[in-house]
Amino acid sequence: MRSYENFFRQNRLPHLWCPGCGNGIVMKAIVQAIEKNPDFNQDNTVIVSGIGCSSRASGYMDFDTLHTAHGRAIPFATGVKLANPALNVIVITGDGDCTAIGGNHFIHGCRRNVDLTVVLFNNNIYGMTGGQASPMTPLGKKATTAPYGSVDRPFDACKLAEAAGATYVARSTAFHVQHLIKTIEDGLNNRGFSFIEALVQCPTAYGRRNKMGDPAKMMAWMRDNAVMKNSWDKLPDDKKIGDKFPIGLFFKAESESYDESYKKVQEIAGGAAK
Amino acid sequence: MSARLMQGNEAIAEGALKAGVRFFGGYPITPSTEIAESLAKMLPKVGGTFVQMEDEIASMGVILGASLAGKKVLTASSGPGISLKQELIGYAAAAEIPAVIVNVQRVGPSTGQPTAPSQGDVMQARWGTHGDHSIIVLSPWSVKEAFEIAVKAVNYAERFRTPVILLTDEIVGHLRENVELPTDIEVYPRRKPKISRAEGYQPFTPDQDLVPNVANFGEGYRIHVTGLIHDDTGFPSGSPKITREQIKRMHDKISRAEDEIIEVHQEFMDDAEFAVISFGGTARTAYEAVLNARKRGIKVGFVRLITIFPFADKIIRQISKNLRGILVAELNFGQIVYEVERAAQCPVKLCAKYDMTIFEPEEIEKSIDELILEVK
Repeated sequence: MRSYENFFRQNRLPHLWCPGCGNGIVMKAIVQAIEKNPDFNQDNTVIVSGIGCSSRASGYMDFDTLHTAHGRAIPFATGVKLANPALNVIVITGDGDCTAIGGNHFIHGCRRNVDLTVVLFNNNIYGMTGGQASPMTPLGKKATTAPYGSVDRPFDACKLAEAAGATYVARSTAFHVQHLIKTIEDGLNNRGFSFIEALVQCPTAYGRRNKMGDPAKMMAWMRDNAVMKNSWDKLPDDKKIGDKFPIGLFFKAESESYDESYKKVQEIAGGAAK
Repeated sequence: MSARLMQGNEAIAEGALKAGVRFFGGYPITPSTEIAESLAKMLPKVGGTFVQMEDEIASMGVILGASLAGKKVLTASSGPGISLKQELIGYAAAAEIPAVIVNVQRVGPSTGQPTAPSQGDVMQARWGTHGDHSIIVLSPWSVKEAFEIAVKAVNYAERFRTPVILLTDEIVGHLRENVELPTDIEVYPRRKPKISRAEGYQPFTPDQDLVPNVANFGEGYRIHVTGLIHDDTGFPSGSPKITREQIKRMHDKISRAEDEIIEVHQEFMDDAEFAVISFGGTARTAYEAVLNARKRGIKVGFVRLITIFPFADKIIRQISKNLRGILVAELNFGQIVYEVERAAQCPVKLCAKYDMTIFEPEEIEKSIDELILEVK
């Protein structure tokens, strides 16, 4: 047995994701990042998820796990962290869960800078309900609710997180596995709200409808179009076109987390020792 | 403790604190805001946490997360905010998470008449969230009782691992009375697992009282919590049998203890031919109306529902056998009257008011007189 397998509830596997889905790659990357961090173990780490394909990951992971309501993972996670700051709290969410129904919680989570690590599995679609357009479906892509191509302008969740006050913001993909693990690992080490967008292929509900080929082709697309942040910054604007998108660390700031700040409130009020 | 002038909302905050609440998440809304303001001051003094969230949905989410991490929790709101909370009140029922939700009622629907008193959220308190679920709803009529009921609400939430609605109204919430708070308080502690993981612990295996001893996060039990219908392991089950059994158990855990939970305040019932049934702030006026009517020789009794749900079917049925008629006084278009009608074996009349103002005793007295004429 490989060491990371200890972090899964073997009796809950196999997972329910479709053949070729990228969610399993990101879930594995999360536990591999946890494994590298001596401060994280299975008894002091809580995995909180919302609703959707990605959010089913919590059930497979052998920690205290909380599968919440659609869009609400960040408020629940905030409660867990503030009630017991000794716990490490990781949020697993999806593009619909985090940026549509949970959009308000997302930006306020970033603003508050509670010490959470949020991993957004971005499959560009509502997978669990069969392929409806999400706020991260690219313009022109088809969905069951955008049969002629989406005309809804999509969010860049990383820009959103940075603007809203997150203190660690990065993107990776299911193709760039080693980079993804490192990105999550760095997020876990940030004392504050860390946001990682992980692009995943959804061959069933997104790729098929948009003629993107089989799962391997969808991953090859990630390989061919993802540009590391350093190179991206050097690209002239006329090269930042088509499907090209940047990955890597976009933003990092040192800022006191909410849980640390609130300890000071307790000190001022006289209840710190209680 | 010596007596001091206190507001109903403050008394709720004091009661919650005494019962062990150490976490509050909320969002401002009149006429409930003083509860948040009081706890923002008091909680950090005792090592607790107050957090103002971005909306009412997040306020529910944050307290449920905190409850799972081991804290006793409370939130408070009114009309529109309570509507937003309903989604996660259902989550708390399904995932069996202890939490107290205070509703200081104001006139609705929607923004309604801010922030005049009303009792229009009675049925929402019972049925506001979707799906079959049980719930406990308690309603105080005085500042002192607001304190006592806050303690009770927290205790019931912990004992039954259920959301409890503390259904008060603007009348009691903003009422100021000189009160001496009780010091001798019984507090129900957080339930704990009785066996270890190695001994085969399952988080949702019901104890003898049908309530599971769910471990707190961070205690090494590695539990899974979900809003999906789940079996004893906490994991979702697609089985009709499990679904049926779990939904039934979550009802039974409360209905089996009904006789303990249901509290009804009765006065002047020994010789009563009629009775006025009311609750919350309205009961204060109803009490005066009953006193006035009795002075005029009318044999009318006073019945006040302290526990609104589970509903006092048995008690109402029993007392109605000796009555010629019941008057239900409530500050709404008629809600609890249908519950009374269902249980009562005598004629039932509604005395309703829904115009921003509270009852005058004369209005209820007039309805008593009308009831007497109607049943003759």
